[in-house]
Amino acid sequence: MSESTRNMVVICLLFPLLVLIAAGLSGLDGHAVDLDAVLSGSGSTHLLGTDALGRDVLARLSEGLQLSLMVGIIVVLFGSMVGIAIGMLAGWMGGWVDALLMRFTDVVLSFPGILLAIALAAMLGPGVENLMMALIAVGWVGFARLSRAQVLSFKSVPFVEAAVANGSGVPYIAIRHLLPNIAAPLLVEASFGLASVIIGEAGLSFLGVGVQPPDASLGTMIREGTRLMLVSPSLVIWPGLILFSLVMAVNLLGDALRDKLDVRMEIT
Amino acid sequence: MLGVATLVFFLLHLVPGDPVDALLGEMAMPADREALRAALHLDDPILTQYGNYLVGLGSGNWGESLVDHRQVLERIVERVPATAELAAVSLILAVMIALPLGYWAARHAGHKEDVAAMGFSLIGVSIPNFWLGPVLMLIFAVGLGWVPVSGMDQPGSIILPAVTLGTALAAVLSRMARSSWLEAMSTDATRTARAFGISERRIWWRHAARLAAVPIVTMFALQLGAVLGGAVITETVFDWPGLGLLTIEAIQRRDYPLVQGCVLVIASFYVLANLLADLLGLWLDPRQRHV
Repeated sequence: MSESTRNMVVICLLFPLLVLIAAGLSGLDGHAVDLDAVLSGSGSTHLLGTDALGRDVLARLSEGLQLSLMVGIIVVLFGSMVGIAIGMLAGWMGGWVDALLMRFTDVVLSFPGILLAIALAAMLGPGVENLMMALIAVGWVGFARLSRAQVLSFKSVPFVEAAVANGSGVPYIAIRHLLPNIAAPLLVEASFGLASVIIGEAGLSFLGVGVQPPDASLGTMIREGTRLMLVSPSLVIWPGLILFSLVMAVNLLGDALRDKLDVRMEIT
Repeated sequence: MLGVATLVFFLLHLVPGDPVDALLGEMAMPADREALRAALHLDDPILTQYGNYLVGLGSGNWGESLVDHRQVLERIVERVPATAELAAVSLILAVMIALPLGYWAARHAGHKEDVAAMGFSLIGVSIPNFWLGPVLMLIFAVGLGWVPVSGMDQPGSIILPAVTLGTALAAVLSRMARSSWLEAMSTDATRTARAFGISERRIWWRHAARLAAVPIVTMFALQLGAVLGGAVITETVFDWPGLGLLTIEAIQRRDYPLVQGCVLVIASFYVLANLLADLLGLWLDPRQRHV
């Protein structure tokens, strides 16, 4: 990672980290309603002020940030597991299994991801679990296409053929020989996927089909802030700034990872 | 297209959640629930419903909205022009920013100009449009009063939605333009042109630009489809009366036939844009025809 990239990552991560630390030190509850302190500005008690119900903005930002990270990590983890399993199966088996799985992948890819996630989240009903399911249902396809392409290129290399000739089982070959060799591009895909999922979670919550009040998400905070931005602009600025910093840091790390691992994100 | 129509149908019919519950509430009387279920043909076997759906699609009968009982297709058709206008202006804006920026970054690759251009690109990719929209609104509509806050009735009302939607597109396209131009400049064709003593300016704009055009145009065609996904959120932020806003309104009101129609139209357009990208690639680069 170049020095300028490292500095940028540090700067971008500084905002979210400060929020987590300051909220932890203040010890305030993001759900505690205080009708005497509605829409109060920054002060010694409430560092970033309060929202329309007198709840501490800093505490809610911290809660929303943690939720974004949790959703991002879980969705990328499960999405990658599903996608890699499907992609490796398709690439290894070939024939009708490959054709069937890839046509299904093509159909899912034929939707704008955000639209499919919105429709799914809306149909499943609001809530964090349903939101994650909707994002996983959209997020696995990239991993499937990439891992299939990688398996195809490694399938006929001598060490894999030797393992097959040696009588090794398919799961053993997949885990022991293929996965370590195809991990680099998948890791890069995961890092960019994390940024997309964090934005996706906030976007769905912004539209009202994700996290529901009184729980805090950066997306719901931006939505609530937008309604009150003429009275208190900071309510829309803070959550967006934190979200933007986090996504930017993840994207920078993804770029650095791609350069470091010398990965070309090509899918055949 | 059949696959898209099938996925849309099963997406809305097989996921948990009963449309009758959504429309009448869970406390509704059983008789009312059964009546509504029969009226919506939800008590038919799923394959019968699927068959009827496909026949309806083919014959132009997409059903009627559960909220205002107007034809779904009619409601969609009246919203398409607004989305098309927004998408067109956003794409033009994105190209006007992305191509010069990508070229500028490529010409100064590795220098501070390149870092600045790609920094802008990274910001564009990372900034959520549902936040950029309100911030632009706050500065240019509320603060400076230069443009209207929302809607599409007043002059200049398209500026903020188009900038919001176009920013991410410009970011993606400028990255592609930079890398394509740089790749084109390292080919044998441009090296040979240089050996012939052709001026650098001419090599960049005549020879390399032609080579770089293939991935840039392909990416542009792909963005035609992606812009519709972004329009769903941008139209909601700016109350822009297009297909994206109609989709969100239909989802919020649990108007299933309308949701089905909107999602199908957007996904179909997305598929067509991907097809266009493939065809343009074949047309611009004869080498792809032999792959």
